[in-house]
Amino acid sequence: MTSPVLQGIGLSCIRDDRVLFADLVFALQAGQALLLEGQNGSGKTSLLRILCGFREADAGTILWCGTGINDSQYRADMAYVGHLDGIKKELTVLENLSFAVALGQSGLHAIADALARVQLSGYDDMPVQALSAGQKRRLSLARLLVTQNRLWILDEPFTSLDKQGIKLTETLMAEHCAGGGLIVLTSHHDLNLQGVAVQRIHLS
Amino acid sequence: MPLTHAFFAVIRRDLILALRRRSEIANPLLFFVLVITLFPLGIGARPQLLQTIAPGIIWVAALLAAMLSLDSLFRSDFDDGSLEQMLLSQHPVSVLILGKIIAHWLVTGLPLLVIAPLLAIFLGMSVHSLGILLLTLLLGTPVLSLIGAIGVALTVGLRRGGMILSLLVLPLYVPVLIFAGNAVAMAGNGLPVGAQINILTAMLFMALALAPWPTAAALKMSMSQ
Repeated sequence: MTSPVLQGIGLSCIRDDRVLFADLVFALQAGQALLLEGQNGSGKTSLLRILCGFREADAGTILWCGTGINDSQYRADMAYVGHLDGIKKELTVLENLSFAVALGQSGLHAIADALARVQLSGYDDMPVQALSAGQKRRLSLARLLVTQNRLWILDEPFTSLDKQGIKLTETLMAEHCAGGGLIVLTSHHDLNLQGVAVQRIHLS
Repeated sequence: MPLTHAFFAVIRRDLILALRRRSEIANPLLFFVLVITLFPLGIGARPQLLQTIAPGIIWVAALLAAMLSLDSLFRSDFDDGSLEQMLLSQHPVSVLILGKIIAHWLVTGLPLLVIAPLLAIFLGMSVHSLGILLLTLLLGTPVLSLIGAIGVALTVGLRRGGMILSLLVLPLYVPVLIFAGNAVAMAGNGLPVGAQINILTAMLFMALALAPWPTAAALKMSMSQ
């Protein structure tokens, strides 16, 4: 048994005197995915934001490779796609991606390569405001590919994607896990990841 | 990518964005020009009086124009999630933020410097005090951007932060106004202004070195809401 890469120990989150979750425990090995389920307002996004380090957990700790998550090593290893795309609509597709690379480390895929993967080839010089919602979503996936990261934190990655887009996203996720990456995500969509051990946590 | 690359990438990105949203740059500049051109009309044909109060008018207008432009510093990045991504970068946030502030000064502070000579002549300032005015603007407006950034970072998460922002930031702007206005007024009377310029320079270097840290911390706090 190898030691877990991402570990949550006794996590709890209290918001406006309401306990969203308490004593949450999970441990992810390399190549595994964690799916958070639960109704709206059950604390899925709060947990993701705690994992990103935006919020502090009201109790408990998160360990990445055995150390806390408040160092630049963790931030270099993780990537987050949230409700907000983090994409500037006035910039072109290419400018957005090269800025993402400048903020991090260049990853496995070159920019042209990643755009081809998410079927956005030929859109390089298109301002993002001319893209559809689904295309924007795929652009934020491309951002995960062009930067170097091991942990993907995804908040509802399938929103506004069509069937083909969902399939594409699942393929990319499965590939990421096959390469030893980890994924934590929330989704209302039935997750179908080939050959990936998916853990589920139900928040209520 | 190395830190310097990220730093310049932030500046470059913000300059491109400013270029594509020109109205945001034009707004504070237009305000600056309008306020100053209205003064002679309001005061009437009294060139002597106008000349005396010119340094004050220009500096107060510059200060208010800077305040007007502050909100655009982090607002759009906060709204579309770019700021989240910046905070998640492996690079020190304070350095990236300094890049953003520098870009902001280049598009909102620098144009004031370019247009100021015209307005100074309009108000009947002498060439010597015009030189000193430009020097104080060069030293003072970056301080306004740097101090303002702390205030914006604190209020960016609030829905109506504008009022609180003014209350927070204006008192901190007063020292810049006093020393800069005083330097230009004294230059108009032919007195030496070395002391004021030195103090303004010291303020600039202190703000450059110290402002990015609280700004970064405040942004993290705004993000945790």
